[in-house]
Amino acid sequence: MGSHSENIGSENIDSDKSGSDENGSVGVGRRDLIRRSAALGLISVPTMAFLSACASSGGGDEDKAKAGKKTAKNPLAVNETAQMEFVLFDGGFGKEYAEDAVKIYEKGFPDAKVKFAATQKIQSTLQPRFNQGTPPDLIDNSGAEQMDMGVLVGKKQLADLTPLLDAVSYDDPNKKVRDTLRPGIVEMGQFDGDPVWIMYYAYTVYGVWYSQKALDSLDATYPQTWDEMLAVCAKAKKKGIAGWTYAGKYPYYLPFSLYPMIGKVGGREVLDAIDNLEPNAWNHPAVKACFEAYYELYKKGYVLRGTPGLDHIQSQTAWAKGKALFIPNGSWVENESANVIPADFDLAVSAPTGIDSSDKMPFGTIWASGGEPFVVPAKAKNAAGGMEQLRIMLGEASSRNFTSKVKSLTAYNGGTDGITLTPGLKSGVAALDKAGENVVNPRLQDWYVQLQKEKIGVSGLGEMMAGRLTPAEAIKKIQGYADEAAKDTAIKHYKHQ
Amino acid sequence: MQHGKYRFIVGFLALPLGLYALFVVWPFIQSIYYSFTDWTGLSPEFKMVGLDNYRRMLDDDIFWKSLQHSLMFAVALPLVTISLALFFAFMINVGGRRRKGGPVISGVRGSSFYKIVYFFPQVLSIAIVALLFAFAYNPDSGAINSFFRGVGLDGLQPLWLGDPDLALWCVMAVLVWSTVGFFVVLFSAGMASIPADLYEAALLDGAGRAATFFRITLPLLWDTVQSGWVYMGILALGAESFAVVQIMTTGPGGPDYSTTVMVLYVYQKAFRDGQAAYATTIGVALLVVTLAFAAVVMRLGRRERLEY
Repeated sequence: MGSHSENIGSENIDSDKSGSDENGSVGVGRRDLIRRSAALGLISVPTMAFLSACASSGGGDEDKAKAGKKTAKNPLAVNETAQMEFVLFDGGFGKEYAEDAVKIYEKGFPDAKVKFAATQKIQSTLQPRFNQGTPPDLIDNSGAEQMDMGVLVGKKQLADLTPLLDAVSYDDPNKKVRDTLRPGIVEMGQFDGDPVWIMYYAYTVYGVWYSQKALDSLDATYPQTWDEMLAVCAKAKKKGIAGWTYAGKYPYYLPFSLYPMIGKVGGREVLDAIDNLEPNAWNHPAVKACFEAYYELYKKGYVLRGTPGLDHIQSQTAWAKGKALFIPNGSWVENESANVIPADFDLAVSAPTGIDSSDKMPFGTIWASGGEPFVVPAKAKNAAGGMEQLRIMLGEASSRNFTSKVKSLTAYNGGTDGITLTPGLKSGVAALDKAGENVVNPRLQDWYVQLQKEKIGVSGLGEMMAGRLTPAEAIKKIQGYADEAAKDTAIKHYKHQ
Repeated sequence: MQHGKYRFIVGFLALPLGLYALFVVWPFIQSIYYSFTDWTGLSPEFKMVGLDNYRRMLDDDIFWKSLQHSLMFAVALPLVTISLALFFAFMINVGGRRRKGGPVISGVRGSSFYKIVYFFPQVLSIAIVALLFAFAYNPDSGAINSFFRGVGLDGLQPLWLGDPDLALWCVMAVLVWSTVGFFVVLFSAGMASIPADLYEAALLDGAGRAATFFRITLPLLWDTVQSGWVYMGILALGAESFAVVQIMTTGPGGPDYSTTVMVLYVYQKAFRDGQAAYATTIGVALLVVTLAFAAVVMRLGRRERLEY
């Protein structure tokens, strides 16, 4: 095994060398020279041809579908006979909701062929197609194999969705699609400025998840200040219940409640500064106060034993079994943990507990934002078709269908009337109502994936909550990582507008 | 006649060499080429950037960490696995007590059973093994900590994969567990071909187990051990370490990068961060490390070949 590759390696180096200095060298005989240059030609000619064919065969615009007729029913001027291809991430939300929406598309354009595929392997399926310049028309770019949005945008691989947002909504001819969306959705799809590259379809509520029943059995209500939080945890500890647990192997779940807490304590500007990778952003007193508050949970033994070694499923299971009261998570937890959450659990979510009454934002300040990012590639053959499919999905009927099937809200503002909401979903809607304007949306996790997950999450927060770093050390380390990322020219940087 | 001979050989080898060049040599050349570009892996556009990626790699702390861990895998894993395998194989084939009426040279009682037991993990996919152990290492309800609690060691509840000092060793232990059986079988086969007279002679001279092993078995098995070492090292640098680290540890890459290995870093850069060119650069470094490893083992292990 080893010797094979060794030989091959030296051969290459050899032929390269002879290629560069063969003209001047005297020591090489004529026959050698001919033989070597022939060998070099054999390697290099197909090399270049193959490389150019493989990596940079930018597809031309010639084969794009012609625009159709723009009518009231067809505001995006979709070509009625053009094929539309839609690739969906087949994850926690399944694929049924999209299949239902595809049926509506097919009904609207009976002559068009729709190619629909659902896969978990978004990147491995689609990366080669982006490289060939033949991507599908609509993609749900989600899951573990999500393609990096920053790179896609930076390399101009995505289409601007502004025409979709300015088209009339599916249900109401007097409203644009843009007017039917939840606050923050449009902005989230932007990277620096006006074009909207991404349409987030699901709407996720992040926060502290708990069992109302467990809290009631402790004669407690959800704590609003940190002192109350510690008191509830102390009460629970006496009964042998841990206060908190979290996905210890993926500590980047902690920010789901920690970041909005930082926003609540110090104001939105603190979170914006963090997102903008400003120097010293993490040294803000609000960050310090919140880190110390969380660290106190560890110090006082309120975190479930062994938590740093649990993954998200294991920690959610321990929590559902009643071993811990609180867990930071997103609204998908209701669907994801459906089989371990007891029927009488009375799942609820709350906005994070603050420090005290001097916090800048009121109790109720919560992190909510779009999930399931849908994109239309710039090189799609039938971009209008892809956007039309999205317009259908953002209509009330599709939205309601999604919510009732997968227990999650959508970007469409409403669509919950007339369906029975599950306890977690109901509590999420109530939390959003209570938050009103006070919804924050930290962007680190979609702008700087590695920084957020590995560096801040695992190496910073994870280490601190496992007791291996003090809050001060963790802040210093994280600030260092943020500065590094700000300087790194290999990643594209973004700023809040 | 020399001419005809070469033509004959070339005629035979053209097709396999062609296939080899296309599917083995070619990807190597291609990835080396990409390491000099700024290709993202998500767009057909890229340009040459010279040695930028290599410069960046030398400044990259995580790269150095992953290199260090990969080297640990390449050195420690073969050492432990092969020592264990040699010991087991020796006990199974040679180390048994002499029994009445039996052959002069035999393994310990039940050796054929042990052979199957050792080999058994080999039939499980590495992904299954990794998942299995990820559950066993669960600090809350996993088998290991439950065992500790069961025997009264309640205070001893390590975090295993959640502890940066333990995580790498935990991962390595799984690889040892799953590969040692293969080498037991390999070495058993080697030992079976050592003539029994040599052992009989040693027995007559009054040699004990240890002396028999070091004077007879090991020298005669040296070639097998050496190839086993290279094989295990390459495995540890590549596919196997990727699977266990990716599946078992956090992040992934362990708490505070304690288990990041080079292959995992290549994967993350290419398929998470959209930096395919940089990933190929690390891939080239991995190629160099692998070749250097093989060369070193071959050189250190060189000794006279014994004929028997």
